[in-house]
Amino acid sequence: MLISCPHCGPRDLAEFTYQGDAARTRPDPASTDTAAWHAYVYERPNPAGLHREYWQHSGGCRSHLLVVRDTVSHEIVSAEFARKAREKTG
Amino acid sequence: MAEYSALSLLKNAFSGNRGWKPAWRKASPKPAYDVIVVGGGGHGLATAYYLAAEHGIRKVAVLEKGWLGSGNIGRNTTIVRSNYLLPESIRFYDHSVRLWENLSHELNYNVMFSQRGVLNLAHSPAQADDYIRRGNAMRHEGGDGVWLSPAQIARYAPGVDISPSARFPVVGGLLQPRAGTARHDAVAWGYARAADRLGVDIIENCEVTGFLRDGDQIAGVSTSRGDIRGKKVAVAVAGSTGRVMKLAGIENLPIESHVLQAFVSESIKPFVDCVVTFGAGHLYMSQSDKGGLVFGGSLDLYNSYAQRGNLPLVEEVMSEMTAMFPAVARLRLLRSWGGVMDMSMDGSPIITKGPLPGMYLNCGWCYGGFKATPASGYSFAWTIAKDEPHPINAPFTLSRFERGVIIDEKGQGPTPKLH
Repeated sequence: MLISCPHCGPRDLAEFTYQGDAARTRPDPASTDTAAWHAYVYERPNPAGLHREYWQHSGGCRSHLLVVRDTVSHEIVSAEFARKAREKTG
Repeated sequence: MAEYSALSLLKNAFSGNRGWKPAWRKASPKPAYDVIVVGGGGHGLATAYYLAAEHGIRKVAVLEKGWLGSGNIGRNTTIVRSNYLLPESIRFYDHSVRLWENLSHELNYNVMFSQRGVLNLAHSPAQADDYIRRGNAMRHEGGDGVWLSPAQIARYAPGVDISPSARFPVVGGLLQPRAGTARHDAVAWGYARAADRLGVDIIENCEVTGFLRDGDQIAGVSTSRGDIRGKKVAVAVAGSTGRVMKLAGIENLPIESHVLQAFVSESIKPFVDCVVTFGAGHLYMSQSDKGGLVFGGSLDLYNSYAQRGNLPLVEEVMSEMTAMFPAVARLRLLRSWGGVMDMSMDGSPIITKGPLPGMYLNCGWCYGGFKATPASGYSFAWTIAKDEPHPINAPFTLSRFERGVIIDEKGQGPTPKLH
């Protein structure tokens, strides 16, 4: 598997560290809504197909990336800086 | 031949082995059952067997998408053990070991359960303390944890590198003598045959494509071979849990699917007669009766529904293998393969009634499904038959995450890739 780091270009999987599902949004830290916290901490959509996920290019530029990858074929659809992706979606 | 015995073996040997009958019928789906078990893996088959044998529920169908033994029951590294730390885990897995001890006799099928011992190597004083603590926890619950010094390890498992110059010197090891291995395919075939004899329909090549409902109640399944109604529908599909539960409208579970690889080397003469695990990394290894070394390591560490893995992990596992057993460095690898694990958020399974009315769920086995096969089937069948959990699976609820009573052996938190 090659991941195209927007800074370094296509690099081998071994340079990256998986950081998990990116679909979740953290509740307001002051929130006491236990159901919302439970959903954030423990529940995962776990799709068989396209999956939005965080990777860090820990063996390279150390950027945090948002990668869209197919969990069945392992095809990588896109990889962008996580911060920029977050700003785009608000 | 009705039974396997020395006599039937002899008779068939002299008649050209033409008298054997298939171990189970090729059943076609009937319109309705008392219980439908989705998933014809070890756990599904064991569940069907115990439903019929222990609870007298014989109108049972086991639906398997592929062929019997095509999933994780045929893809694991065959290790059986109960060397856990937390009382809930020890009680559950020890119950399983006790069922294993009588399984060949109970099923009249040789599952080749071999109590050859599982040895966990420790490589630092801190790890030794941790393992000794776990051994004490096992003994406290009536189990069998034994601490071995490096000299004792040299006698018990002669191939292990215990020299002080090893990259990760061995300071000792925790041994569970009652643990061991079993022939994984035989477990599937044995349960299938025993369940079939009690009237259970085992239906292969029958994929569940949806769930039937009566109002809120789950009332059966639609399949590639037509609709089948069931008073109770039990799901035991391991790595496919996410996919199958989505068909029932459950979008989120405390589960991630990950791929785990396993390996087998070419056959060699008897080399190691127990299961050994490497504590400085993540590796577990045993030698099959055919002579191949069977071993595995970590997950590929990212979500995957593909039954195949990646090369960096292969390299890592091989390096751990040669660190532990320098003698195998030039051994050739015969095969590697992958299975999809249903990794839960605390590393422990879920065996429960629900989450929908009429439905029962058995999932979240992480790495540990094979050893649990008998206890999983036994307690899941109990839960289905009585609508309440058996004491051994009562802690393994789906609601434990919400209630904050997680069963996290390693204290890793909700990071499925690390369990």
